[in-house]
Amino acid sequence: MKNEQFNNRDVSENGYFLVDIPDYPTDGWGKFTRVVKRTFKGELFVGLWVVLREMIKFDIHTVQYPQEKMPIGPRYRAVHEMKRLWESGTERCIGCGLCEKICISNCIQMDTKIDENSRKEVSEYTINLGRCIFCGYCAEVCPELAITHGGRYENGSEQREHFVLYEDMLTPIDAFKAGKQLEFEGFGSITPHEDERVKKTPLSY
Amino acid sequence: MDTAYLIETIIKVVVVLLIFSALAGIGTYFERKVLAFMQRRLGPMNVGPFGLLQVAADGIKLFTKEDIIPTNVVAKVFKLAPVITAATAFMAAAAIPFLPEFTLFGYTVHPIVADINIGILYILGIMGVGLYGPLLGGMASANKFSLLSAARGAAVFISYEVVTGLSILAPIMMVGSLSLIDFNNYQAGGVGDWIIWSQPVAFVLFWIAAFAETGRTPFHLIANDHEIIDGFGTEYSGMRWGLFFIGEYANMFFISFVIPLIFLGGYGDGSLLGALGLLGKMAFFFFFFLWTRAAWPDVRPDQLMWLCWKVLMPLAVVNIVITGLVMMF
Repeated sequence: MKNEQFNNRDVSENGYFLVDIPDYPTDGWGKFTRVVKRTFKGELFVGLWVVLREMIKFDIHTVQYPQEKMPIGPRYRAVHEMKRLWESGTERCIGCGLCEKICISNCIQMDTKIDENSRKEVSEYTINLGRCIFCGYCAEVCPELAITHGGRYENGSEQREHFVLYEDMLTPIDAFKAGKQLEFEGFGSITPHEDERVKKTPLSY
Repeated sequence: MDTAYLIETIIKVVVVLLIFSALAGIGTYFERKVLAFMQRRLGPMNVGPFGLLQVAADGIKLFTKEDIIPTNVVAKVFKLAPVITAATAFMAAAAIPFLPEFTLFGYTVHPIVADINIGILYILGIMGVGLYGPLLGGMASANKFSLLSAARGAAVFISYEVVTGLSILAPIMMVGSLSLIDFNNYQAGGVGDWIIWSQPVAFVLFWIAAFAETGRTPFHLIANDHEIIDGFGTEYSGMRWGLFFIGEYANMFFISFVIPLIFLGGYGDGSLLGALGLLGKMAFFFFFFLWTRAAWPDVRPDQLMWLCWKVLMPLAVVNIVITGLVMMF
């Protein structure tokens, strides 16, 4: 689409026309006839009919929320989830700390250690959801697709310290074994058919 | 005064009070449901079946809420104002025949507390006194919006009260009595005898004025939520606010009884069908109050005063003159 049609400001060529609105009456007789016309036009009854029609049709649009829920999009950015590796069921998080670095509201805190297998392991991981603005940078920056956003938007607790521990976000092992771990399709995830777009790293410049 | 009459009157007063206090509560339920359906919502659904017990929940809330008297208000007047609204609304009911007379266990019951010979004058006068509730409550509240609402109330009051009185004068001239029972008997012959056919202008004028009298939507400017919060009710909480509410809804019910009694034949010949007819007409007029609230916008105070003084009042006067000329010749 070109911009020229918007740059042309000559309104006479674009099918614009002035709406025919009569001038406001200035003299008493004009005002009087306008009042009489409006009185007997019956516009009030149009309004009455419209609402009565909707009542008779009874086409109710209410979603009775706690019992019924609207479907949310797969790209919805609600409370974070920590994923497991499909092959072994171990945690995907490698403790690189990129999410902690990139978090613009400083709500991710993590602590790592070297475990008995000489692998880096996450020992502490919390996200302060009171501070989180759900921007999705952590999910985008994660090299392992370990932290993603989920669809759980209902949070209630007596203390805000309950928001939110690593164990709460991690896919439970029984749900994982049942194949219930959902891959996040939204912000930060790989796009479909990414394999076909992979190119060899050029070695010579 | 004999004792039987006294006991009967007291029983009637108690029955009217109880029924219409309950009806005022159920009226809020109907209002919420009808408005919701017209706006494609469901309305109250969670308390009881179809939300029917919402009324009880609201009642418990109103009764148990703290009764706050804010600083700087004129406490005595502030406390008195809601009582005036509720009390005058129920006092007006004394002269309204709600049903034709019927026989219960061999005892003839007149379902009117007092058939006084100035019935309509009494009803209109007491409903006019009811305006002191919003007026005093608004002025005593030490709140700008309440004060605005009180000023609007006074301005609106002198506007619509003229129309109410003048529009009803023509039917009174025809019937020659102020008692609502005489009005009913005048129209007892059937649909053709209804006063609406001979006084259509007076009917429309009185109906319009009834909206201003009860403060319902096209003229809901005394307590207009989107302009002046809740007007005179802003500073009230708990049962004092609830009394304003009961008064408003009881007024709607009583006006819905008065309009059919004056113009639409009332309970007719007094048969069961006639009694059901009166209740049906009352239900229609009450429904119409809710219907307009869903459909129509509010007018400004100056527009209401323009309407009352420059349009409705001249029409009412012309109507009276024509009625007088027709009756004379």
